[in-house]
Amino acid sequence: MHKALVIDPDKCTSCLQCEMACSFEHEGVFNPAKSRIKIFEFEHGKRSIPYTCTQCAEAWCMHACPVEAITVNLSTGAKEVNPDVCVGCKVCTIACPFGTVNYESDSGKVAKCDLCGGDPQCAEVCPTDAITYVEADWTGYDKMRDSAVRAHS
Amino acid sequence: MSNYLILGAGPAGVIAAETLRKVDPSGSVTLIGDEPEAPYSRMALPYMLAENVGESGTHLRHGERHFDKLGIDIRQGRVNALDVGARSVALSDGSSVGYDKLLIATGSHTIRPPIPGMDLAGVENCWTLEDARKIAARAKPGSRVTLMGAGFIGCIVLEALAARNVDLTVIERDDRMLPRMMDNTGGQMIRRWCESKGVRVLVNTAVQGVSKSGEQLVLELAGGESLEADLVVCATGVKPNVDFLENTGIRVEDGIIVDNRLCTSVPNVFAAGDVAQGPDRTTGRQEVHAIQPTASEHGRIAARNMAGVDTPYGGSLSMNVLNTLGLVSSSFGAWDGVSGGSSTNAVDTLGYKYLRLEFEDDYLVGALALGLTQHVGVIRGLMQTRVPLGKWKARLIRDPHQLMSAYLECTQGVIA
Ligand SMILES: Cc1cc2nc3c(=O)[nH]c(=O)nc-3n(C[C@H](O)[C@H](O)[C@H](O)COP(=O)(O)OP(=O)(O)OC[C@H]3O[C@@H](n4cnc5c(N)ncnc54)[C@H](O)[C@@H]3O)c2cc1C
Ligand code: SF4
Repeated sequence: MHKALVIDPDKCTSCLQCEMACSFEHEGVFNPAKSRIKIFEFEHGKRSIPYTCTQCAEAWCMHACPVEAITVNLSTGAKEVNPDVCVGCKVCTIACPFGTVNYESDSGKVAKCDLCGGDPQCAEVCPTDAITYVEADWTGYDKMRDSAVRAHS
Repeated sequence: MSNYLILGAGPAGVIAAETLRKVDPSGSVTLIGDEPEAPYSRMALPYMLAENVGESGTHLRHGERHFDKLGIDIRQGRVNALDVGARSVALSDGSSVGYDKLLIATGSHTIRPPIPGMDLAGVENCWTLEDARKIAARAKPGSRVTLMGAGFIGCIVLEALAARNVDLTVIERDDRMLPRMMDNTGGQMIRRWCESKGVRVLVNTAVQGVSKSGEQLVLELAGGESLEADLVVCATGVKPNVDFLENTGIRVEDGIIVDNRLCTSVPNVFAAGDVAQGPDRTTGRQEVHAIQPTASEHGRIAARNMAGVDTPYGGSLSMNVLNTLGLVSSSFGAWDGVSGGSSTNAVDTLGYKYLRLEFEDDYLVGALALGLTQHVGVIRGLMQTRVPLGKWKARLIRDPHQLMSAYLECTQGVIA
């Protein structure tokens, strides 16, 4: 079984270390706007939630891609975008029902979490363990449904 | 051992063939397509025209001998007739091929308006790889190009033509660009944007005919104006490829009617992709959604059902994303609203930003967005999971930009 990023919003202090680490790993700059994990704040910052791709089993983005630019990394299970193949059509950005594939106008391509090849920097730097990289066996939808039920029960 | 036959080697056919191979490793899988090309994606053609990729960059699969290795028998041929009693298809070369289960994934073909001159050389569609080659040969920097039709496909082609630095005029019969994908606010915004980038846009304008004057094409417009062009690109609509289904009893309306297993009205015959009129996830009616994600979902689900792995389909969602000279727009589901529903929007005319949301009861059922590139997919998420919005509906009506917060809270339960 592959490891997954497990997120515990209760522990998140919104310090943005994950966004900095992610943008540095992928773009070589410390710039939260270029991060593939995003912190969303609620109640004027009283609560926050780190949010990124769950590498869902359905892989909506991968199946919708017209040119096979998104493939599974067999060692991590991550759905990775190959920028040399991506034509920037953005179909994956609307096909992903989690909204975790984003178009970057600078490059004209899309970017998404790739688990940093098995050493996700967000989890590495998170000082509170709000983001951890551990064994887990849910699909994106299971997780989403679970939490939806919790939110409305 | 089952004998599977797939007609059409576009995305729907190819994905179905691969899925069949996966779920029924011992079945024989034959894929027949009439284009003399390796299977490719039409929707990658604009990027080839923009010279972002070469021809091979449009291919659906890149692995060497991909289909051989999977044991998929891929053949070039055109199907002329189907005999559902004998379970066989007739090809134009006189041969025939039998099947146990058949998938029709033949897509559509382009149609041109019934006006004079539409058959002249230099009047091209942008539908096949061969069309794209012809356009590339004529659309040189500075050439005068007229694009007929500013629908979704037309606007994608517009982007590609602009990237070739041609002198571009767009003609649309309707009163705005993207009449079926954008409301008036969005359509006019895109038009202003295009004009600010140097593209001439003529709406409410009909072309009455095209003629040739020396090497030039001349378009006669209603109202008397005429327009010279080196190339006319026609994006004025498509029709499903269903001619060979005559007298088969297979029910066809706007496309081939399929149920939620992608089965047609005739047993053992399935249909997928642009040619199929299948269940719509939000309306429950059968609709043609001629887009890549639907072709891919149809292909996969049809194949599973063909192989006897019962897989109901929740239905496709009408959705599009478009880049017009750098302005990104998207549309989802019932963006024009539903009767008895409620609506909200936020417009930033100067900043070229627009977000419109449509609700029915407690659910999001449609949306339009201009200038939104981050987390757009959550619109699909909210629509297809039918998450009740609860108190977020009122908040969204006050401020549509709370979309991501609404999504996170409704689906992830951050705040109880
Ligand atoms: C320029 C352009 C841009 C596009 N951009 C987008 C976009 O941005 N997003 C999006 O979602 N969609 C886009 N689309 C639409 C998308 O390409 C289609 O939805 C998709 O190709 C449908 O796949 P399909 O397999 O159903 O049909 P097709 O791709 O049309 O494949 C069907 C194949 O069957 C063959 N065939 C037909 N009749 C026969 C016969 N009798 N015998 C044998 N073979 C036959 C055809 O020649 C064709 O090769 C675009 C299309 C075009 C043309
Ligand atoms: S934007 Fe790139 S990765 Fe996404 S579907 Fe298009 S080609 Fe594939």
